[in-house]
Amino acid sequence: MARKAAIVGVADTLLRDGVLAEDGTVLQIQARAAKAALEEAGLSFDDVDALFAAGAWGIPGPGLFMTTTLAEYLGLRLSYMDGTQIGGSSFESHLSHAVAAIAEGRCEVALILYGSRQRSDASRTLGGRGGAMLNSQFDAPFGLPTPVGAYAMAAMRHMHVNGTTAEQLAEIAVATRKWAALNPAATMRDPLSIAEVLASPMIADPLHLRDCCLVTDGGGAIVVTSLERARDLKKPPVVVAGAAEATSHWAISSMPDLAWLQHAADSGKRAMAMAGVGPGDIDVVEIYDSFTITVLMSLEALGFCGRGEGGAFVQGQRTAPGGDFPLNTNGGGLSYCHPGMYGLFLITEATRQLRGECGSRQVKDAEVALAHGTGGVLSTVASCILTRT
Amino acid sequence: MTYEKPLPVIDGESQPFWQAAREHRLAIMRCRDCGKHFFYPRELCPFCHRAAVEWANASGRGKIYTFTIARRPAGPAFKADAPYVVALVELEEGPRLMTNIVTKEVDRIRIGQAVKAVFDDVTTEVTLVKFAPA
Repeated sequence: MARKAAIVGVADTLLRDGVLAEDGTVLQIQARAAKAALEEAGLSFDDVDALFAAGAWGIPGPGLFMTTTLAEYLGLRLSYMDGTQIGGSSFESHLSHAVAAIAEGRCEVALILYGSRQRSDASRTLGGRGGAMLNSQFDAPFGLPTPVGAYAMAAMRHMHVNGTTAEQLAEIAVATRKWAALNPAATMRDPLSIAEVLASPMIADPLHLRDCCLVTDGGGAIVVTSLERARDLKKPPVVVAGAAEATSHWAISSMPDLAWLQHAADSGKRAMAMAGVGPGDIDVVEIYDSFTITVLMSLEALGFCGRGEGGAFVQGQRTAPGGDFPLNTNGGGLSYCHPGMYGLFLITEATRQLRGECGSRQVKDAEVALAHGTGGVLSTVASCILTRT
Repeated sequence: MTYEKPLPVIDGESQPFWQAAREHRLAIMRCRDCGKHFFYPRELCPFCHRAAVEWANASGRGKIYTFTIARRPAGPAFKADAPYVVALVELEEGPRLMTNIVTKEVDRIRIGQAVKAVFDDVTTEVTLVKFAPA
């Protein structure tokens, strides 16, 4: 690879009880996050020549031309733009594409943006969901609650094939809540027990309410540039050492094996090979937790445990603070925030962990991190390996 | 009473499937080159990418590959049905499809259970292919 790329600025929009602490439109949210991330790096909007964005706002309308709308609003002059929309994994994909563009010299400073008013607008609707057309005409008439029903179908199959239990899934929700208790920005910080997860209302069998991510507002920004330029900036650079992505299906009815994430196995393997690391080398792991089952299946596919062994792997609060496998250290989508597309926060948290900025939730001597996003209904994945220089 | 649930936007490619459903047949596609069946209908075979695709009648027999019980409905139109079973049924010809399992006893549904197609004429234009325990 010609030039290495590094993350030099990150920002998360501040929430209060899952709602924007400072009210604003989706454009205002993203402008504030961009400003904060650039200031952290010691860069200005005039330095930005590449923009990456995904979201569920302004559709139909200006959101259809998301990067163009943001460039106009922010007054950016771009030589590179990428509006790849693969759901919650979009931002890992954007980072991957930014690395390639920087390596090739097509851009110098890339800005990755996200903003959502999902909670304030009291809507879980992702916007622009039309009639049951094209391939959705064969699925939509049957009333699968989306996305939870699709993940529930995977969980049901995983239980059938591997004997995974509801208690094992609950372990993940409980451990993630313990991390959230250490993050002042997290939405849900009260202690949670396995019994409480199992006693929470069943939403779509076998997933209970506390197996499901939150519904919040949120936004954030990531600034990426070449490693050589990064060395002169304010924050210690976090190198993007490996990145890859893969797709499996769009609709859950077309997923080849509902108990196994082959695309995550492929993406994880490629990202790790690019970085020259294996699962055992990774100190801190941020895995998209739309639902507890997403995490359990991702752990298997990424090679942290054997196929079908995810349930046993997470037992005994192994992924909680003090356990031997630090996972979703900001409290994740289950307890920190989930504005609809959570993937950007996997990267902001991994970056802060590698910089050693995480206070009481800091993973000691964290040198290698994984941010692994999942989008749609287990549809798409993208994996990024981040390292200290 | 008007039917409030999502209805298919039938197009030129899907029309034969929906026409068959109105006639209480389950139509899937088959590739004459590689011999595999697939669902939903496509211009090219998704396995070998050749264009020698044709319609075929499925037997309507299959097994439940996986399912969920929607305790909370997918919107107001499904509220009266909850809890209801949404399943992926694997047809004996191979393909899987999204469907409902028609049953009053949602808690007795199991993966691997044998099911057979039943046809629900939800409007004068649209018949949905659902399944019931065989």
